[in-house]
Amino acid sequence: MSTANSPESRSRGKAPAGERLADWADGRLGIYSLAKANMRKIFPDHWSFMLGEVCMYSFIIIILTGVYLTLFFHPSMNEVEYHGSYVPLQGQLMSEAFNSTLHISFDVRGGLLIRQIHHWAALIFLAGMFVHMMRVFFTGAFRKPREVNWLFGFLLFVLGMFTGFTGYSLPDDLLSGTGVRFMEGAILSVPIVGTYISFFLFGGEFPGGDFVARFYSIHILLLPGIMLGLMVAHLILVFYHKHTQFAGPGKSNKNVVGMPLLPVYMAKAGGFFFLVFGVIAIIAAIAQINPIWAIGPYRPDQVSTGAQPDWYMGFAEGLIRFMPGWEINLWGHTLVLGVFIPLVLFPLVLAVIAVYPFIEAWITGDKREHHILDRPRNAPTRTAFGVAWITIYMITLVGGGNDLWATHFHLSINAVTWFVRIGFFVGPVIAFVVTKRICLGLQRRDRDKVLHGRETGTIKRLPHGEFIEVHEPLSQEALHTLTAHEQYQPLEIGPTVDENGVERKVKATEKLRAKLSETYFGEESQIPKPTVEEYKEITSGHGHH
Amino acid sequence: MSSQDIPEENLPAEQDHAHGAVKVADEENPFADPGLPPHEHRIQDIDERAAKRSERTVALLFTVSMLATIGFIASYVTVPDDKSIFVFPIGHLSAMNFALGLTLGVALFCIGAGAVHWARTLMSDVEIADERHPIEAPAEVREKVIADFKQGAKESAIGRRKLIRNTMLGAVALVPLSGVMLLRDLGPLPGTSLRHTAWSKGKLLVNMNTNEPLRPEDVAVGSLTFAKPEGLEEHDENFQTEIAKAALMIVRLQPENIKDKRELEWSHEGIVAYSKICTHVGCPISLYEQQTHHVLCPCHQSTFDLSDGARVIFGPAGHALPQLRIGVNDEGYLEALGDFEEPVGPAFWERG
Amino acid sequence: MKKLSARRRHPLAAVVVLLLALAATGGLYAAFAPAGKAQADEASQSLAIEEGKKLYTVGCASCHGTGGQGTSDGPSLVGVGAAAVDFQVGTGRMPAATSQGAQVPRKKNIYTQAQIDQLAAYIASLGAGPAVPTKEQYGPEGADIAKGGELFRTNCAQCHNFTGKGGALTEGKYAPSLEGVEPKHIYEAMQTGPQNMPSFPDTTMSEQNKKDIIAYLNAVNSSETENPGGLELGGLGPVSEGLFAWIFGLGALIAVAVWVAARTAKAKKS
Repeated sequence: MSTANSPESRSRGKAPAGERLADWADGRLGIYSLAKANMRKIFPDHWSFMLGEVCMYSFIIIILTGVYLTLFFHPSMNEVEYHGSYVPLQGQLMSEAFNSTLHISFDVRGGLLIRQIHHWAALIFLAGMFVHMMRVFFTGAFRKPREVNWLFGFLLFVLGMFTGFTGYSLPDDLLSGTGVRFMEGAILSVPIVGTYISFFLFGGEFPGGDFVARFYSIHILLLPGIMLGLMVAHLILVFYHKHTQFAGPGKSNKNVVGMPLLPVYMAKAGGFFFLVFGVIAIIAAIAQINPIWAIGPYRPDQVSTGAQPDWYMGFAEGLIRFMPGWEINLWGHTLVLGVFIPLVLFPLVLAVIAVYPFIEAWITGDKREHHILDRPRNAPTRTAFGVAWITIYMITLVGGGNDLWATHFHLSINAVTWFVRIGFFVGPVIAFVVTKRICLGLQRRDRDKVLHGRETGTIKRLPHGEFIEVHEPLSQEALHTLTAHEQYQPLEIGPTVDENGVERKVKATEKLRAKLSETYFGEESQIPKPTVEEYKEITSGHGHH
Repeated sequence: MSSQDIPEENLPAEQDHAHGAVKVADEENPFADPGLPPHEHRIQDIDERAAKRSERTVALLFTVSMLATIGFIASYVTVPDDKSIFVFPIGHLSAMNFALGLTLGVALFCIGAGAVHWARTLMSDVEIADERHPIEAPAEVREKVIADFKQGAKESAIGRRKLIRNTMLGAVALVPLSGVMLLRDLGPLPGTSLRHTAWSKGKLLVNMNTNEPLRPEDVAVGSLTFAKPEGLEEHDENFQTEIAKAALMIVRLQPENIKDKRELEWSHEGIVAYSKICTHVGCPISLYEQQTHHVLCPCHQSTFDLSDGARVIFGPAGHALPQLRIGVNDEGYLEALGDFEEPVGPAFWERG
Repeated sequence: MKKLSARRRHPLAAVVVLLLALAATGGLYAAFAPAGKAQADEASQSLAIEEGKKLYTVGCASCHGTGGQGTSDGPSLVGVGAAAVDFQVGTGRMPAATSQGAQVPRKKNIYTQAQIDQLAAYIASLGAGPAVPTKEQYGPEGADIAKGGELFRTNCAQCHNFTGKGGALTEGKYAPSLEGVEPKHIYEAMQTGPQNMPSFPDTTMSEQNKKDIIAYLNAVNSSETENPGGLELGGLGPVSEGLFAWIFGLGALIAVAVWVAARTAKAKKS
């Protein structure tokens, strides 16, 4: 009673309805403290910062359309005869899963559209995550304090691959069935437990009558549930850490410059959701995806050429295609290296990029927080490493479609396979060297720009007849932006023998670290950025042209 | 867009010029941060007509969205769902899918475009700098938390009463085993099922196309035929699982072209029967080139030479395709002389 | 006219002129030959063989030998039948260029159907083989499209793809796309197994089976085929879909993101 009469409560009582509703919620949920911190939260503007939003929105679109599809889809492998409206399959035997997918595509109004939105959004979701991850990688946004969020994002990417794969297998069509068969073969190759895992997964021998129902609960509940949790955690951390930004005037490691969430980002990010949904809906209106009616129902004795998984599994497909057929038979057991090595390489290739932030942090030994993004050229070794990784990924992706490259470029499929086999080892090395050189070249150009100014394109003739190009000195904004990055110095181990001639013990890991540090930050690996002294000397020495 | 001559009445009442730091060249350190550049006005900020134009554009976009949604409902009701239309350059497509997708897409896109255009042209575009605070807690907070934790741990006596701690860890570690046990009935144990197929001595080779048993004279040199074991019908409950192992590929070679001795022995007048299931990961391999006698797997390009015991000549497969020994029965039909002597399909640990 | 005069210098020009002359002679003879029907058939048959032999000598004998017995440059044609000739010449694969790649490609046919029939008659006279199918055999009447689909997926899709878009074979060879191929030629290809394609003779794939397959192909791979979802993207499956999703899907979204994040144009200072 007494609190109701307090002046504060009285002032709240007279407020407009909206405010009263907010007061009600605040009294129970504490929304004002939450809003105080977040309502005017600042987000910097850059197109590449919206890649993550592309992923989040396509994920939401996938969930919305996915729920709709579950209303009509029957996750059952019971054999039925088809009597729907697609003529070229009349009377064919097929699983109920395939039958209901045909029903969605031909006999539910708008069903085909929702199926196509769902599938296109899935491809774009994975592509978006890949590009988003590369953006974070090449700008060094994974550094402290964001390593954990990097791992969350990486897990989302991996789980997205498997959610996609299980969903792709649900219609039980000839193409996806071939993919599931490949998965079964890969599982069988696992030493000792392979056959057991396969029998437990498929409820017996392949294909059995269980896998669609099992994949269904994995696809619609288990994996997306985990992903949703991870995505929320990912977002909370983005809010908590505040967004990174590129160097520029007024931007420092201690602030974040941009527009407030309310109203600008509410409108921009909210609007972007509709833009993403709209673009995907239009794509689904004009471009066909996974026409299972043309592919036909799955039968283990039938197959089509051009049997590929969706793109995000393509690099796994490539790994298995270019592998030589090694098999070791010893003591009554078979070690199927031809399948097992690709099966191990598949997570390994992904893990390399996932653990990279921790390796780099160990090499630099840097414990500070980083909120200013690197330009890729200013971290040449990291950039070269990333490009080498993408090269491996892309070469194996090409290998996953070797038959189509062969037919469309009039090549021999054997030649394409050999190209991939060699490219897998040589490609990343070449990519590493070339990228590093390009980065150093760009650093050198930045240095010249700072010290000598911008080339204006104006040619001037000096009194003694020499022609020179007029260089215009940069503004302070530009000078600051080009020199804002830090340069690490290579780690020094120091003399291993002290002044008394006693050998000092240096751990092998420390030696390795010093060596890596030298590759990262040695003279060969970065161009010293111009100092104020250099700048002053040159500008005063030359005078102004 | 020209912004040169703006009439007085179209200018907003107030203009803030003094936002952001003024650019001052730093004599001491030319690389120093000059601070945020001064805010520059957009046309919409200083020209009320331009702002009005923006407003109308946003409203138009929202209106188009409304119309598109009405169009969606209209298409849903009026377009027959089996109607096909020709749209250049896409081709023949479902009128329903096209109409619904386009109207939905436009309805959504226009909402987004309207909101973004509104934000870009009419909402304040003044950049604001927000302070960051270190993620790490200050030292005193850290001390407090650690002290609290120690206090709690001490009060629970978990460190002192080791018996409780150890039995608790044991209990918690054991309890998930129940869940693992429950997974046991996901499937039967493999046993030897991967070693056997539906083939056995005396089973006729039934042509997949005609569902009739095959005679040797049906199979011409250079032809390709697929067969299943007699008695296995498409309507059978276990058809999929059985055909996944039993599918057979039959070709006829000139006996003098067969290089492998055992292959010749197991053939009938040059007719050889090989498993259709690739030994790599189990795709139905059947891209038979009748001049080279090679079969290629469409999934991973393993290539086998059917004239030489189906040995692997390219690709990731680890061993030859299993051959089925065939002969002719009294009535002149091709028959199996037994099951495959080795497991068909992908290799596995117990294969040996 | 200019084109024609330019083509006069083509190495094959002489052959073509000769063939046209021969065809004209044969046609004239056939037109004016009086006689009873049976007699006329027999007579025209032997005449066709005669004319075919002439065509053969000019266009084919250099590789396949003067009597069709084959040489190191071309296989024997004894017993391949009229269907093989009709397919090979009708799809322009024969006569082949002297140096070809991994396999002889389909190209523009340079013979008239009458000439092909004469060539076929001659080759058929060398040894028994499959005859050219009639319209009733490959026509759509009485075909079961769905059964044809199942047969296609069992026998053909492994090389030619689900709906006959073609695919890769070993060492640069390929299974061609079946788009726009005449039903007759598809029928003949199944019967005779051209180049590296295996044959599917009537003994293992019945006439009805072949009819069904052709009807299925006509339903799923013709210019009239509906792709309900929109762009077919080559009908090649996930590779082209993935490329489309990256280039047009993610590409469009990045373009939109650039617009959303870009700075609005500033008013120029006057």
